[in-house]
Amino acid sequence: MNEQAIKLKVKDLNFYYGNFLALKKVNLDIPAGKVTAFIGPSGCGKSTLLRTFNRMFELYPGMRAEGEILLDNQNILAKSVDVNMLRASVGMVFQKPTPFPMSIYDNITFGVKLYENLSRSEMDDRVEWALRKAALWNEVKDKLKQSGNSLSGGQQQRLCIARGVATRPEVLLLDEPTSALDPISTAHIEELIHELKQDYTIAIVTHNMQQAARVSDYTAYMYLGELMEFGATDDIFTAPKRKETEDYITGKFG
Amino acid sequence: MTTTLTARSPNTDRTMSARPSKNSRNNAIYARRRFVNGFNMTASLLAMGFGLFWLAWILYTLLVHGLAGMSVDVFTKITPPPGSEGGLINAIAGSLKMTFFGTLLGTPIGILAGVYLAEFGERGWLAPATRFINDILLSAPSIVIGLFIYEMYVVTMGHFSGWAGALALSLLVIPVVVRTTENMLRLVPNSLREAAIALGAPQWKVTMYVTLRSAKAGVITGILLAVARISGETAPLLFTALNNQFWSGMNQPMANLPIVIFQFAMSPYEDWHALAWAGALLITLSVLTLNIVARWLGSQKSQSH
Repeated sequence: MNEQAIKLKVKDLNFYYGNFLALKKVNLDIPAGKVTAFIGPSGCGKSTLLRTFNRMFELYPGMRAEGEILLDNQNILAKSVDVNMLRASVGMVFQKPTPFPMSIYDNITFGVKLYENLSRSEMDDRVEWALRKAALWNEVKDKLKQSGNSLSGGQQQRLCIARGVATRPEVLLLDEPTSALDPISTAHIEELIHELKQDYTIAIVTHNMQQAARVSDYTAYMYLGELMEFGATDDIFTAPKRKETEDYITGKFG
Repeated sequence: MTTTLTARSPNTDRTMSARPSKNSRNNAIYARRRFVNGFNMTASLLAMGFGLFWLAWILYTLLVHGLAGMSVDVFTKITPPPGSEGGLINAIAGSLKMTFFGTLLGTPIGILAGVYLAEFGERGWLAPATRFINDILLSAPSIVIGLFIYEMYVVTMGHFSGWAGALALSLLVIPVVVRTTENMLRLVPNSLREAAIALGAPQWKVTMYVTLRSAKAGVITGILLAVARISGETAPLLFTALNNQFWSGMNQPMANLPIVIFQFAMSPYEDWHALAWAGALLITLSVLTLNIVARWLGSQKSQSH
């Protein structure tokens, strides 16, 4: 990973749910413009780690993070960082599709309107651009005024990705984005991830190891709140350095 | 593999040999269950029939007498002195006005408080305390509310008035709306809030444009149920709006259906009785309509999600 631009640098990160230590001294460099996958058994802390990158955990009492997370060399865990601005530049897509109760068009503009003042035609362009990015434009261009809930599950998830992309964040966090979808929709979204990494740094949490192998450039294997191994996806899946990683990816446990 | 097989075979043998006796015992249990089931089923059907019988009788009586008392005069003339021609229009208008202003005053407060309880009240003692007091208010006898407004408003102003009535009704609207708003907002999945927050939206925008909008049908249902509740209330108007034989403004004592029904039904005059029945039918029909619309809205919501 030499000479690789680092987008997110995690330094000695500890995370607590109340008194429970959920992440233990995690150190990690997420390279810019690449896809980094987080794998590991349930409860290993991979989603927790992802949710520190946009400080989602702050919504809930009793959760706190110690250490540093540097986004372009700025510590985003610092109190001085405006959390809403941070979230505008670090987008997130969740496990279940979450279209807002409004039209497809308004779903996209909701996030854009928060931080940008666009004219009507600029906004139309942005909506089309985002929907094209999410490979959804051709399916919805004639029904932009319809409710986002009228779409199928896979389309809803792509709408959520379009919504996340529309605000032009620098980093996109995907928290098991295909676990509620059928294989065809999953394939769509995996293709999409390939497309998106041209412009964004992507971090994806997945339960599906084949998916991690297919979509990611780097893979982090986590277990019981520790980062066990991190490296190029090819290396992790063909020549893991640690026995635990090998056991997990070969299906001996997990 | 082999050990489990050998361990299993005697087991199966035993169940085979035990089958006849076990079966007869099962039959006895089954017969008992059938009996208990039949008994309970009959008992609950009887209980339901008992309840429905009185309800049907009440509705039937109401329909017969109410329709007999119904005429164009009811909707065009004001409440008459005994023995002369008249209708209920001033009482109908008074009820509509006070219900309208009561809802208008109570609904925003109720929605805001419900939003606070559901969206912002996670931490601290204020939300549980508010919820507790709201529950008390929800089940408080409405006559107590009437007395309270009498002490606070009527005595201070020195006279009964439509505003006092609307105030008393609004105090009945608030707890209903608070409760339904909170419940409906709690049904909105947290993932939707997180999704909006993850875009960098401030909390109030998340609540306004995402959470409340998802719960819209439910919140409107709650408001309709609150309107249905206050449109038949008599006790809180007794010490506040009082009554009026004529047209009146909101700042004067005001005629309203429940109290006119009370007054006319208690009187010895036949024509007043007929008007009381007509008024009772009107209230029942409007409450029925409100309930049907509320249920319909509720079912629309559950279908779309």
